[in-house]
Amino acid sequence: MTADVTQVNSEIIRAENIVMKFGALTALRGVSLDLKRGEILGILGDNGAGKSTLMKIITGFQAPTEGQLFIDGQAVQLRSVDHARSLGIECVYQDLALANGLSIFHNMFLNREIVYPGPFRLLNNRAMRRRTQELLDEIGVHVPSVDLPVERLSGGQRQAIAVARAVNSNARVLLLDEPLAAMGAREAGLIIDLILRLKAKGSLSIIMIMHNYAQTLEIADRIMLMQRGAVTYENHAAATSVPELMEIVRREYRSMRNPASA
Amino acid sequence: MATTGVTQPVRRSSTGVLLESVLKWREISILLVAVLLIAYFEAENRDFLLTSASLENLSQFIAPAAIISFGEIMLMIGGEIDLSAGMIFAFAPFVMHFAVVAGMPAPVGLLLALLASGLIGVVNGVVTLFLRVPSFVTTLGTMFLLNGLTLTLSAGTPVDVPGSPGFQAFFGHWGYSEICWAIVIGLMMHVLLRNTRWGLHTVASGGNPHGAAETGINVRRLKIGNFILSAVLSGFVGILEGCRISSVDPQAGGSQIMFLAVASGVIGGTSLAGGSGTIIGGLIGATVLGVLNDGFTLIGINAFTFNIILGAAILIAMVFNIHMTRLSRLGGAR
Ligand SMILES: Nc1ncnc2c1ncn2[C@@H]1O[C@H](COP(=O)(O)OP(=O)(O)OP(=O)(O)O)[C@@H](O)[C@H]1O
Ligand SMILES: [Mg+2]
Repeated sequence: MTADVTQVNSEIIRAENIVMKFGALTALRGVSLDLKRGEILGILGDNGAGKSTLMKIITGFQAPTEGQLFIDGQAVQLRSVDHARSLGIECVYQDLALANGLSIFHNMFLNREIVYPGPFRLLNNRAMRRRTQELLDEIGVHVPSVDLPVERLSGGQRQAIAVARAVNSNARVLLLDEPLAAMGAREAGLIIDLILRLKAKGSLSIIMIMHNYAQTLEIADRIMLMQRGAVTYENHAAATSVPELMEIVRREYRSMRNPASA
Repeated sequence: MATTGVTQPVRRSSTGVLLESVLKWREISILLVAVLLIAYFEAENRDFLLTSASLENLSQFIAPAAIISFGEIMLMIGGEIDLSAGMIFAFAPFVMHFAVVAGMPAPVGLLLALLASGLIGVVNGVVTLFLRVPSFVTTLGTMFLLNGLTLTLSAGTPVDVPGSPGFQAFFGHWGYSEICWAIVIGLMMHVLLRNTRWGLHTVASGGNPHGAAETGINVRRLKIGNFILSAVLSGFVGILEGCRISSVDPQAGGSQIMFLAVASGVIGGTSLAGGSGTIIGGLIGATVLGVLNDGFTLIGINAFTFNIILGAAILIAMVFNIHMTRLSRLGGAR
């Protein structure tokens, strides 16, 4: 692999020919993807196209049926979410994975709690509370109190907490599954702000799954269109436009309905 | 209120704040119920608490239900239940008995009994988590299975409790031994639930099982651990009760004690749907039931009436739990 060292070095994640089968259903039929350092990749596509499935493979939540994942140019077999996390991959799932009854600070540190030294490893709530407050201040997310249970927060606040949780822990790659889903224009604006601020701090590469074309072109450096388990289009955000993407989707549908005339 | 960044004031109505403070003190309000009940029975019957015999009696009603409720509460917070608890209670002392008959010292027999109880917990957990049978059904099965096994092994007849007098006194025969165990175990379980990752993850996996798994929490391991915990506590209580009454009875415990334990947890504020609950609540719940039981016995209300009142108490506690939470959500932030 001496041919293009810079290329290999700048590439943080590469997935090759990922196939994912759930019994008789094939959710991904040979998807490839690459993500460069400091880049935001937007993934667009219909419901059920396999976007979340692809993401859960990159986070180590589920293993692909076929295909290979490379991280920093190294072939890896992710064993678990913890394994992927140890490689700097963090994610915010579509369902946010927040425990509603628990406080903001407990959610922020869920499954990587700060504990006191000693055999009993008791929770250090004070440190987690303080760290959470610092972290939220740092990325500009404001909540009335970090002791509030997350069920008392608005959709935008919950999303912001989930994003903050993902970046807390030196994440190098952040995966966001529909971070703007079910969000009003104002709340969406705040999350977009937050994402752009994280990007501006450098060092963070982001893959975000989106439904809104205009919003995606606004934030992402590169976009990828997925349909029925395959990538059907890929380009730099600057090189494409909403009408063009719409046209591609429409064409794809037409060919799906009567393949002969495509 | 001026807002910057991702700020949204959490709107709270005054009723929301009021309900929230009531909720926060839910355990206190149940404790208050217990205190009022004690005062009432004390007024009705001077001998209720102030003689040491009735206090001892009361403590012996509370302790077994409380200790088993601690295990059930951990399971219920995670969204599971153990219906076989009362049968593990009856089974464990026989394991100890047979171990001692086979020539082992009583403490070793005790350990073996707890180990056997733990294994039943493993079976409950593995069948529930890996074979995906709802725990209600799994433990319903092991409940009948164990009952039959205990009756077969014992040929249906009680046996003597093994061990020296000191051993027996320590493990239940001394009048206040059981309540001491309940308090010590309760404190340990409280710390486990409130101050360790294990407890926090139990709450998280009950509230949002899928989300908990996505953060990398091993929900199966956690829940199997709680099945083991519940089973070991149930077996231990079986031995305490055996020592207390100086007889190991295959008919002891049973679903009556299991339901008392579940009721204690529910009255104490644990939600059967998972995601919330407290150990202290279980202790207070068991106390309320114990006071009701003793009080009605002393003022001459029979067991049938007691069941009516117990049933009503559980229903009221449950309605209170569900609707207070819902109301506070409506009244408070969205
Ligand atoms: N664990 C699973 N078991 C069985 N089928 C699954 C599983 N996860 C996903 N699928 C199926 O795989 C397909 C792709 O699902 P996926 O969640 O990846 O879609 P998506 O592109 O994220 O859709 P959306 O935009 O609605 O979130 C769907 O048909 C879905 O039903
Ligand atoms: Mg999805």
